[in-house]
Amino acid sequence: MKILVGVKRVIDYNVKVRVKSDNTDVDLSNTKMAINPFCEIAVEEAIRLKEAGIATEVIAVSVGSSASQEQLRTAMALGADRAILVEAEGTVEPLNVAKAFAKIMAQEEAGLVILGKQSIDSDNNQVGQMLAALTKRPQGTFASNVTVDGDSVSVTREIDGGLRTIKLALPAIVTTDLRLNEPRFAKLPDIMKAKRKPLDNTSFADLGIEVKQHIQLDKVEAPAARQGGVKVGSVDELIQKLKDEAKVI
Amino acid sequence: MATLLIAEHNGTELAPATLSALTAAQQIGSDVTVLVAGADVKAVADAVAQCAGVSKVLLAEGDSLAHDLAENLSELVMSMASDYSHIMAPANSVSKDTMPRVAALLDVGQLSDITAVLSGDQFQRPIYAGNAIATVTSKDATKVITVRAAAFDKVATTGGSATVESIAAPEANSHSSWVSDELSKSERPELTAAERIVSGGRGVGSAENFALVEALADKLGAAVGASRAAVDSGFVANDLQVGQTGKIVAPSLYMAFGISGAIQHLAGMKDSKVIVAVNKDEDAPIFQVADYGLVGDLFEVLPEMTEKL
Ligand SMILES: Cc1cc2nc3c(=O)[nH]c(=O)nc-3n(C[C@H](O)[C@H](O)[C@H](O)COP(=O)(O)OP(=O)(O)OC[C@H]3O[C@@H](n4cnc5c(N)ncnc54)[C@H](O)[C@@H]3O)c2cc1C
Repeated sequence: MKILVGVKRVIDYNVKVRVKSDNTDVDLSNTKMAINPFCEIAVEEAIRLKEAGIATEVIAVSVGSSASQEQLRTAMALGADRAILVEAEGTVEPLNVAKAFAKIMAQEEAGLVILGKQSIDSDNNQVGQMLAALTKRPQGTFASNVTVDGDSVSVTREIDGGLRTIKLALPAIVTTDLRLNEPRFAKLPDIMKAKRKPLDNTSFADLGIEVKQHIQLDKVEAPAARQGGVKVGSVDELIQKLKDEAKVI
Repeated sequence: MATLLIAEHNGTELAPATLSALTAAQQIGSDVTVLVAGADVKAVADAVAQCAGVSKVLLAEGDSLAHDLAENLSELVMSMASDYSHIMAPANSVSKDTMPRVAALLDVGQLSDITAVLSGDQFQRPIYAGNAIATVTSKDATKVITVRAAAFDKVATTGGSATVESIAAPEANSHSSWVSDELSKSERPELTAAERIVSGGRGVGSAENFALVEALADKLGAAVGASRAAVDSGFVANDLQVGQTGKIVAPSLYMAFGISGAIQHLAGMKDSKVIVAVNKDEDAPIFQVADYGLVGDLFEVLPEMTEKL
């Protein structure tokens, strides 16, 4: 079974984003970029399934600018066998990303697609579910455990009230939550080897997808800043302030 | 055109997030129909019918809707989608699972987690863990929207007199099935509905030590929350995680013990009315958002505070 994993290039999670002074967007110039943390978890899960003899091939797919090659190389250093870049400039909307994945999923006859549940830049949490709908396949979102068993997969999901396990017929789409696994670090020899692994370039036009704009970005602003408060010296003072000043207890 | 809102409930009770999403739905200006879907949810539908500003309640009951499977629930929503210009739901683990499916089936984009309604097609939503606020316009005929409940006031649970109309549940799909649930049981208030929250982070140190956090929470009638580090370390269950990728809360009082204040955590609680931080590191970033900061050892502060309240 082939596994497709999504890899998105995003701002490093330790970096606090700045808003451009003209409010047209955020400013990502000279910003440290990385694989979206949830995608890293997806890559790790796919590699583990290959190591367990369940997956035959792991294909990393990114939709984005040519700079995303860097993140695809990282995915291959971690263990993906090859990569596909759907080259596109600017922000690509989730539905368009899902359409690209649907095409590639069909072309590759992938048995499982593992994507991050959300990317930490646009915070949409949509692509996996949209891909499942477009391909008429079942979905297991926010996964904290994935067990493939023959032609089905059991997925334990993190839901608002706790955990829920569902069973899906393959092919299926899984999106990762934080506790699915702890991603490994790439080793230097593997980083060297990854440079020679195949990375194919394609585009929306090549895939026969008409890119539509659904949501227009009008303006980006910094949130209202919270005023830092005061330091209190003791528990007694804290209780007094909460009672008399803030009136919340 | 009308707006369809999918109610959030736990099978027996209407979740307060629905009341906040109703405010957002009403700001669009059309009639609001609320869909209540589940196995046996007549009581929830009756409660929704009483809520202020609800025009109609659709009640769909059936086995296929018992466990919120997105494949079945999206099928149900699709069966009525053409009647609505806006399809909305409070952002929760069911709607996050289901709504993008609905959007894709309609070939439209989705607006996730909106925090303001500017007009029928223009909205605001946080991006980059809330470090930027985007104003966006939907170009689609049907707008599929999830609503950040913490950003909207709740409508009154009385004063309405909508009719409840039963509709058929969809057939169960053949590709996915429910196996089991492992739900957290707690007598404490639910995190996203609580007026007060006492949270613990890695600094709490162990699951046993979390009893100190719980004791203060119980004294205050508060919910218990946690940072990702506390959940990952196994101190508490996953459903207590507050943050960018966990629950978004905005209580009157949020108290953080042994939490450093990473941007991902702040994303989930920085709209709380009053924030208290207790941390032994005076430079911890959490102090930058705290109204009241106490530099100290949580193992001394927590018991002292619980005792003195
Ligand atoms: C993709 C992604 C998503 C994430 N989503 C979330 C999320 O939704 N929510 C979330 O919380 N995090 C999230 N994180 C993790 C986040 O980046 C931080 O790692 C996490 O919030 C840290 O938790 P913490 O503050 O408990 O631990 P730490 O950062 O380790 O802080 C512990 C604090 O406890 C203090 N302390 C220790 N002992 C004591 C004591 N005895 N008394 C008083 N203070 C003490 C220390 O001074 C320190 O400040 C996410 C990360 C990623 C990459």
